[in-house]
Amino acid sequence: MSADQTQLAFDWSCRIMSDNGCGFPAPGLHSFLFKPMFHIGGFEFNKVMLLALLTTLIVVTFFTLAFGKAKVVPGKLQMIGEAGYDFVRRGIVYETLGKKEGEKYVPLMVSLFFFIWIMNIWSVIPLAQFPVSSIIAYPAVLAAIVYVTWVSLTFKRHGFVGGWKNITGYDNSLGPIKWLVSFIEFFSNLLVRPFTHAVRLFANMFAGHLMLVMFTVASWYLLNSWLIPAAGVSFVMTMVMILFELFVQAVQAYVFVLLACSYIQGAVSEHH
Amino acid sequence: MIANLVQLAAEEEQNPLVPPGPELLVGTVAFAIVFFFFWKKLLPNINKVLEQRREAIEGGIEKAEAAQTEAQSVLEQYKAQLAEARHEAARLRQEAQEQGAQLIAEMRVEGQRQREEIIAAGHAQIAADRKAASQSLRQDVGQLATTLAGKLVGESLEDHARQSRTIDRFLDELEEKAEAAR
Repeated sequence: MSADQTQLAFDWSCRIMSDNGCGFPAPGLHSFLFKPMFHIGGFEFNKVMLLALLTTLIVVTFFTLAFGKAKVVPGKLQMIGEAGYDFVRRGIVYETLGKKEGEKYVPLMVSLFFFIWIMNIWSVIPLAQFPVSSIIAYPAVLAAIVYVTWVSLTFKRHGFVGGWKNITGYDNSLGPIKWLVSFIEFFSNLLVRPFTHAVRLFANMFAGHLMLVMFTVASWYLLNSWLIPAAGVSFVMTMVMILFELFVQAVQAYVFVLLACSYIQGAVSEHH
Repeated sequence: MIANLVQLAAEEEQNPLVPPGPELLVGTVAFAIVFFFFWKKLLPNINKVLEQRREAIEGGIEKAEAAQTEAQSVLEQYKAQLAEARHEAARLRQEAQEQGAQLIAEMRVEGQRQREEIIAAGHAQIAADRKAASQSLRQDVGQLATTLAGKLVGESLEDHARQSRTIDRFLDELEEKAEAAR
């Protein structure tokens, strides 16, 4: 069904009110399944993996060109690179962690931001048209890296007991409800946090992609007889959604990094 | 039909929240490369340049500050010199005024002195003239008187000593009379 559905969307004959009784090929989970492009041994290599590796290539290439031969008086490319770098460094890391504490985490946050942003942007790039981060594996990997970073930092900074107190928000002044608070904090910080961190990014990109595909497919599907104006509306909506997605892509990259910083901030702070 | 059913079953199992293994691996590798480049190469690179730029800007600011300080000191110096010059000019003017006043005073004193000298000389001249006049007058009057008396009494009174004694006596009498009349 999935392959058929996807193919139907691009079928010349499949339109509304056509004689062959073809229904609307709505996007769904099948829109997130890709046939392997080729196999390396038992390893199936698909389009999303290609896009993920292209993301790496683009980020590394751009910043190598921008910062590789960095000059005191910057060229155009270096200036753009510096603006992006400064945005993450000053705008996110220094803001949440401060210069002293944050400096160590600048490389991680800068790579997170640009990696996620480019992964998201694939959503509106012709031919690619798929946000890599709408496959849960990619956000999950990044959230796991952040999780390991802040949890290990908590215990390194506060010791074993202090680390647990920090994570659970254990505080004697709370009286008898401290056990309840500790349980909730433990649950929300240690168990739910990495999950929400990854899913927030994944779900935004997932939904955005669904919307984009729906309006794109509808623009084609409605392009028949008197419903042609409706196809026009759908096409305009596609354009609007692309602009909106461009916004969401940047915001989600920003939010992901901001949250990562605030988790680390919580880990280094004395009182949770 | 059977193929369709198999595919349907596969899709039933598809859970978008369960990450597929190979993707996890690719994602890790892809991000690790990005992180490694940023961490080891690109960010140290750009940080060095940013630091250099900061130093360059600070150096420029320092230079500008130094130039400003120098300009300030030169200005102070210039102002001091100007004030000194003004002071000097005022002093000179004052001095000139004082000197002028002194000169005028001196000249006045000198004029006064000269006037008094001239007046004194005049007085002396007048006194001398009068003395001479009175002397000659005394002689002439004496002679006239003797001549007149000689003629009247027919007696020559040519003996000078007697003559002058008589005249002196006569004049003294006249003076005494004048003194008494006063």
